[in-house]
Amino acid sequence: MQPFTKHSGLVAPLDRVNVDTDQMVPKQFLKFLTREGYGRVLFYDWRYLHGEKPNPEFVLNHFRYKGASVLLARANFGCGSSREHAPWAILDYGFRAILAPSYADIFYNNCFKNGILPVTLSIEQIEDLFRRTEANPGYRLTVDLENDAVTDERGLKYAFTVDPFRRECLLKGLDDIGLTLVHEPHITAFEEGHSNVPVMYEAVDVKFHHE
Amino acid sequence: MLQCEWQVTTTDRMAPRTLFEKIWDAHLVHEAPGQPSLIYIDRHLIHEGTSPQAFAGLKAAGRKVRRPELTFAVMDHSVSTKNRLLPVLDADARGQFEALARNCEEFGVNLFDMHSRNQGIVHIIGPELGITQPGQTIVCGDSHTSTHGAFGALAFGIGTSEIEHVLATQCLSQFKSKTMKIEFHGKRPAGVTAKDMILAIIGRIGIAGGTGYVVEYAGEAVRGLSMEGRMTMCNMSIEGGARAGMVAPDDTTYAYLEKRPFVPRGREFMMAVDYWMSLPSDFGAKYDATLDLQANELAPMVTWGTNPGMVTQVTERVPDPHSFQDPVDQQAAERALVYMDLKAGTPIGDISLDRVFIGSCTNSRLEDLRAASKIVAGKHVAKNLKQALVVPGSRRVKLEAEAEGLDKIFVEAGFEWRDAGCSMCIGMNDDVLLPGERSASTSNRNFEGRQGKGGRTHLVSPIMAAAAAIEGHFVDIRKWKNADGAE
Repeated sequence: MQPFTKHSGLVAPLDRVNVDTDQMVPKQFLKFLTREGYGRVLFYDWRYLHGEKPNPEFVLNHFRYKGASVLLARANFGCGSSREHAPWAILDYGFRAILAPSYADIFYNNCFKNGILPVTLSIEQIEDLFRRTEANPGYRLTVDLENDAVTDERGLKYAFTVDPFRRECLLKGLDDIGLTLVHEPHITAFEEGHSNVPVMYEAVDVKFHHE
Repeated sequence: MLQCEWQVTTTDRMAPRTLFEKIWDAHLVHEAPGQPSLIYIDRHLIHEGTSPQAFAGLKAAGRKVRRPELTFAVMDHSVSTKNRLLPVLDADARGQFEALARNCEEFGVNLFDMHSRNQGIVHIIGPELGITQPGQTIVCGDSHTSTHGAFGALAFGIGTSEIEHVLATQCLSQFKSKTMKIEFHGKRPAGVTAKDMILAIIGRIGIAGGTGYVVEYAGEAVRGLSMEGRMTMCNMSIEGGARAGMVAPDDTTYAYLEKRPFVPRGREFMMAVDYWMSLPSDFGAKYDATLDLQANELAPMVTWGTNPGMVTQVTERVPDPHSFQDPVDQQAAERALVYMDLKAGTPIGDISLDRVFIGSCTNSRLEDLRAASKIVAGKHVAKNLKQALVVPGSRRVKLEAEAEGLDKIFVEAGFEWRDAGCSMCIGMNDDVLLPGERSASTSNRNFEGRQGKGGRTHLVSPIMAAAAAIEGHFVDIRKWKNADGAE
């Protein structure tokens, strides 16, 4: 996973509450076998008209937000399906940080696994950032995880907090599985104390590899 | 010596514990201040939709599946519900099936492929085969994993990175959730089902109301539900924002589980029950939040908008966006009404339909099909309907329903009787809504485009969907005969 320390970029405002992961990556794109290449289909049904013609009304298609890498969003961002294709698409599109008042649990968690920083700010702060973004073409923000702050070039500074463990993992781009395997002796000890192997008492039609 | 799966953990803490806390404590592998805890995972369920990248990650890192015997795979999301003996024409779907079969073979993971007699939706077959049991930790790369909490298990959906983590370590790194108790006092009226109970809850707390919580459903009306009904409730916990929903195990649970293929028999079963009986929350256990609701105030529910919290009683009208106090809610409601092509003030009963879908991990179990079949028996689907689909949740459900003649009742009433899978709940196969079409659906999500781009979904119970299919529009099922007894 690529680390996240500090990122500056153009801000794109997505002014909708409860954006669900079905909107981020619709079902027809859940059939691919890779983690890459979903940027093209991010917000597919909103972003494209018939024949994949860009929908001029959708905010990410506005010329002024071309190349945006900071996504400004509303409450309960990422609700619904657990599909990790959603953060994969966000990252592949070019976003490195999200700013919102709140997130759905699974999506929030998935962001950290992919080097995306989901920053939580108050509703008022987010509202203020929407105003600033809309009023100032080319509005950029710096999201600084080392200093736990969002800043702009005009002196704005909003502090945020991230759980210290998640912060550390993101700053260093740590591999979750590697971290857990440090506790291998604990896992083995736990397994020795617990027998939890499934036993098939009545044969069912499964390719069952263990008896 | 016989040994049940998990022993009651003894702790020096004297404080009463909740069901969630007992399971959490029993699965703690490692904890340290300021860090997420490492918890052990008993059952890992996977499907073709979210697992291929996890296996690819394992291979790239040269890692193995630590406990392949604890992992069960099934093909459900993209499978055809028509003739499965025909070649899979969708090359992408075929790629998913082949990848899952290959990965299971290579890593020694148990697989129910699309031709298995026990194939079905992952959250249907886990319980019906007894793979799901009280006190377990269960995860799956699917947000509706909360379904399994109906057995008094801690079950929740995870992302693909976490699937890979569980495959490699059989553990998950988790922050402990807060707990919420939702108690339904009194009895639910006839014609009101578990689906209406959970839709009413989501309408009340909102789709983010449960964020950060594990919800325990309790009270007389929940106790009175069958396992099928409890699964329906727990299934939609995630639609209220909660990753997991739970119901304490009781005699209903044990009776359901006894003699299921993966459930211990005889003396071992008795020992397992002894352990399961220690799981319910202790008297005086503290929750971070509680909500009390009266079951007798419930009515059949119908969603009118584009998330499950946009829901009202069948006798109500499509709400006026200005009736919401919060400007954010007003805006969301306005947008939803445009998408749904509905006018504020329209009686719910006047909304006419194009398709009806009875199926999904929410409502496709035998009881759901029995209840719906009683409503449609001897009647016929309305002329304005383009399609009425019944998709059993599993092939076992399908066989059992056919043994009771339910398939004939549905077919005679003008429904299509299909093979098992996720089908029109997510529309990854051919079962979709076309742009502008409107459905009554027993599934769990009415998001924009969920059942097909431009499709408009109204979530309802199976008996409400069945009656809507007959009339071509929503009707108050309480006014019909044969609505009693539906869960």
